[in-house]
Amino acid sequence: MTNAELQNSISTWNPEFTFTEEATEFLTLTVAKEDWYKIAQKLKFTPELDFDYLFCVTGMDYGTDLGVIYHLRSTKFGHEMVVKVNTSDRENANIDTVSDIWRTAEFHEREIHDLFGIYFNNHPNMQVLILPEGWEGYPLRKDYDDPVNMIIR
Amino acid sequence: MQQEYLVQDPFKTEEYMINMGPQHPATHGVLRLLLTIDGEIIKKVEPDLGYIHRSIEKMCEYDTYQQIVHLTDRMDYLSSHINNEAVCLTVEKALELEVPDRVKVIRTIVGELTRLASHQLWWGVFGMDIGALTTYFYAFRDREMINDIFEETCGARLTMNYNVPGGLMFDIHPNFVNRVKAFVKHFKTKLPEYDSLLTGNIIFQKRTKGIGLMTAADAINFGVTGPGLRGSGVAIDTRKTHPYSAYDKVNFNIPTFTDGDVYSRYKVRIAEMWESLSIIEQLIDNIPDGDFKVPTKAVIKLPKGEFYQRVETARGELGVYINSDGNKNPYRVKFRSPGFSNLSILDHLSRGYKIGDLVAIMASFDYVIPDIDR
Repeated sequence: MTNAELQNSISTWNPEFTFTEEATEFLTLTVAKEDWYKIAQKLKFTPELDFDYLFCVTGMDYGTDLGVIYHLRSTKFGHEMVVKVNTSDRENANIDTVSDIWRTAEFHEREIHDLFGIYFNNHPNMQVLILPEGWEGYPLRKDYDDPVNMIIR
Repeated sequence: MQQEYLVQDPFKTEEYMINMGPQHPATHGVLRLLLTIDGEIIKKVEPDLGYIHRSIEKMCEYDTYQQIVHLTDRMDYLSSHINNEAVCLTVEKALELEVPDRVKVIRTIVGELTRLASHQLWWGVFGMDIGALTTYFYAFRDREMINDIFEETCGARLTMNYNVPGGLMFDIHPNFVNRVKAFVKHFKTKLPEYDSLLTGNIIFQKRTKGIGLMTAADAINFGVTGPGLRGSGVAIDTRKTHPYSAYDKVNFNIPTFTDGDVYSRYKVRIAEMWESLSIIEQLIDNIPDGDFKVPTKAVIKLPKGEFYQRVETARGELGVYINSDGNKNPYRVKFRSPGFSNLSILDHLSRGYKIGDLVAIMASFDYVIPDIDR
């Protein structure tokens, strides 16, 4: 499907969906974090969409909001899209996991939990993956304090 | 005491946990696996990463785009040229910069040589991991020729840093074409030796056939890419689906094998070496004349927006995501490294096999730990 057909097809679920028009090659949909899990299920299991391959999961710190960007592809049809989920709660950031829909998300979400401090609800194993146990702070956040100048020059 | 011992069931077994790594020869780097085993049967594999985590993504946020390129050498150090290329292609895509055909062809040739060198090293250590030491010496004999070509043209043997946004650091060495041709001629006679030494060996086949079975659906679900995915019969290769550089100008096949076991993944890589040789042969006599670089500004500023570029490294699909706010430094860089996703399926694949099989399964995915940790 082309981007326009994808947009038409997905808009039928909820006419209030916002497709952002930023400078990017992908069709980008921003969804509320409460709706994300159900939309993820629909994206994968609707036969004419069939987004079976989650190829990139990116944690983001926009300054005020935290967010996760999901890059999706259908190996059967070859179409691709991007879904963004944001949360404004920096203290208790949490987003529903999609690791039972796309198993690859399991590791990516653990990495984002380490580095951005976003908790993924219902994740099977939300323990630290990359950082040592007991590490304080979330290194990839923009307001991360780096007292020994390990990275920030 | 004696009596207590007697009432225990002598055939009762118990699950226990052992550490494999972080310093283990079969992990080829510092990867720690927590194994839950019952006897020698694996019940669960839990990877513990981060022993070589350098936070390259964070460092990128404080670097200019030219500086980012050389950081990517240090991710998958066996595909360093292809990693560099990925960042350069992203920057060029964002700037809408068209590089000369000469650059595209040279990038493709060096990229395929990188893939060959990586697969040669993989073949050498694959044999070594499962107990065949000789393969290592055969592979390194041939790989040395490629490294010498890189040394002469790019200035380094491993972390070449030959790509820059807009083209190449410098033009190819005058000897480049002849040496590449000599290597192709040499390796075409040596590649069949690889088959006769290892592929047909009955011990090798017993160790690899039917081990680590992966279905195509599982592979896609876990985000497995590269030879792992193609060993399960899925013909997906970024060089075909999203052609970059000169891959749309050459003819090559995507080798696939359908069994989904360690042996299939092995056969895919051997077949890929033949394809790489064929790609190099098609291009080496037809390097177009022209500039080796388009002039770019000393400080590159990307327009505001999000840019994504993917390339096929020797291990699978590498994605570079750059989120730019218009400054000289990126706002956020994400590297979707193939090793990270390929590792996530390890637990699923190795349950029920023996520890020795785990080594074979790991070798069949060709993990490079700095690529997983970044």
